[in-house]
Amino acid sequence: MTDRNEGDGKVVEVEGLSARYGEDVVLQDVSLDVYRGEILVVAGASGCGKSTLLRHMIGLSVPSEGRVKIDGVDITIASEKTLRAVRREIGVLFQSSALLGSMTLAENVALPLSEFTDLPAPVIDTMVRIKLSMVGLEGYEGHFPAELSGGMKKRAGIARAMALDPKVLFLDEPFAGLDPITSAELEMLVKKLNGGMGTTMVIVSHELEAIFNIAGRIVMLDKDKKGIIAEGDPRVLRDQSPDERVRRFFSRKIEEKDRDRT
Amino acid sequence: MRPARREKVMPPFFTRAEGEVTRLSVSGRLTLVDLSAMTEEIGALFEGIGQGKLLIDLQALDYVDSAGALFLLRVEEEAAKRSIPFEIANMSPRVRSVVGIIDRRAVAPPPQDRPRSVGLVEETGMTSAAFIQDIARSITFGGSLISEVVLSLLRPSSVRWKDVLLYMKKVGVDGLPILGLISYLLGLIIAFMSSLQLKQFGANMYVASLVAIAMVRELGPIMTAILVAGRSGSAFAAEIGTMKVNEEVDALVTMGFDPVRFLAVPKVFASVLVVPLLTFFSDLFGILGGMTVGVLGLDLTIHTYAELTSWALEVFDVVSGVVKSMVFAVLIAGIGCQRGFQASGGAEAVGNATTSAVVAGLFLIIVADSTFAIILNYVRW
Repeated sequence: MTDRNEGDGKVVEVEGLSARYGEDVVLQDVSLDVYRGEILVVAGASGCGKSTLLRHMIGLSVPSEGRVKIDGVDITIASEKTLRAVRREIGVLFQSSALLGSMTLAENVALPLSEFTDLPAPVIDTMVRIKLSMVGLEGYEGHFPAELSGGMKKRAGIARAMALDPKVLFLDEPFAGLDPITSAELEMLVKKLNGGMGTTMVIVSHELEAIFNIAGRIVMLDKDKKGIIAEGDPRVLRDQSPDERVRRFFSRKIEEKDRDRT
Repeated sequence: MRPARREKVMPPFFTRAEGEVTRLSVSGRLTLVDLSAMTEEIGALFEGIGQGKLLIDLQALDYVDSAGALFLLRVEEEAAKRSIPFEIANMSPRVRSVVGIIDRRAVAPPPQDRPRSVGLVEETGMTSAAFIQDIARSITFGGSLISEVVLSLLRPSSVRWKDVLLYMKKVGVDGLPILGLISYLLGLIIAFMSSLQLKQFGANMYVASLVAIAMVRELGPIMTAILVAGRSGSAFAAEIGTMKVNEEVDALVTMGFDPVRFLAVPKVFASVLVVPLLTFFSDLFGILGGMTVGVLGLDLTIHTYAELTSWALEVFDVVSGVVKSMVFAVLIAGIGCQRGFQASGGAEAVGNATTSAVVAGLFLIIVADSTFAIILNYVRW
């Protein structure tokens, strides 16, 4: 794929996206740009449509309105062939890691390599070892996903998502359900890959600590608005946002009406 | 020793009239165990009060749980309803905190929209619409499966042959023992039951041809298909359904794989290759079952029985059985995979997909078999 948008630096563009499940509107007229090399965190309370937005950004769901462009290609109307080429440029870590349970870690990581390249098997093996060592899982090539801890599964998922050195890596709740140490290790890994490989990261998360540690920029979604209520540096938003919902989110404060009830 | 069953004991209430005020002293414990008995007493409690004030004295109350607190709120509510002045006295901090934690809005049932009753006509319409949608989805999946199978045949290197071999083992090798046993017993039963009738006419020798024709033309393919639907169609649905629920199918899509080609095509290929073989074995075991009865019960020799069987059978019978079983294999594997892909949600969805795969598989087998019966009737003559 050509770097046709290298100039303005936008690698993902979401324009006027609306999404619905049946009759429920989840997102309404959401527009968002992701710039090359940044770590963007999509944050917000549970049920605000973060994962839905991610599914639309990676082409798993088709929006009811609006467009999603990856590297200038509108994936909402792209042909299967074009979509396949776009998918070559993105990696996704799912919340459940989504490693194929019937395959070893090495086979999981080798999957995209054997699908998209004509590399001979020994080279693929070497690439797999490189990717697994990149995420600190050297020596686990022959293990099955069921034999790993939650944090290791996430790292293996990242290794697979990074197999083809994608331009953008999408991570869905990567820190959810991890202990503080494992979570910190994963944050370091994300920063390492972003700094070392220059991979653009789009992370869906509501873990405040992780957001402050890694986010270069954050967009915040709100359930009632069904869209973005704030965008910018997380620290600035925490301290200076005029929107009370944003400040409440960062200071972990609940709404007055909810406080009365609890 | 069995513990003695706890009797329903009302917590002690003492009611005392003090002029205009009725003092209700509650002592001991107010808990969930006593809630139903206490609630029944609320009405009686207010009968004797008249229009005076009700004072609930909790001085001697040792313990209250959320149910006890609910009782107190109910009494307060009832008093308000009857316009009786109400007061709670000597409430300990502990009781106060338990009462405070109860959301008063949750005590009254929320105004509910009357559940709209769905009439027979609407129910029939909805079920029919769902059925038509289901058929449309199955046809769509069938189309994409066929196109992927054709594309895979044109580019055999794109097929995951390792998986094909694995599923051939799972569907074929692993299923052979039970299929062999069932078919053998089926042949045995047919031979035994028919021999009882045919003996009366001295037509014992026709048992061999009866068993052979019944097994090879109908029962072999059908029994194999039913067994494969139960063993493997369900397994396909459960496997793909679980992958769908665990986001593994989504992961495949984002990695650029076509999930149908990746997951369904190897299963269909394996089934098409192995089910005809299983059918052949089923025929063989059925005939062996018949032979057992023929040799042990009808005084036929093995040689005679085999000869009678080979006279009765034509190549057409065997070939039509094999063709039939290939079609059954596609249907079972296809519907198994389709139901798996359709699963969404959680564990229950996987269970539903599995059940649905078997039921739909059996239905399709019977429909296809009936179609074959008609077509073969015209082809033969």
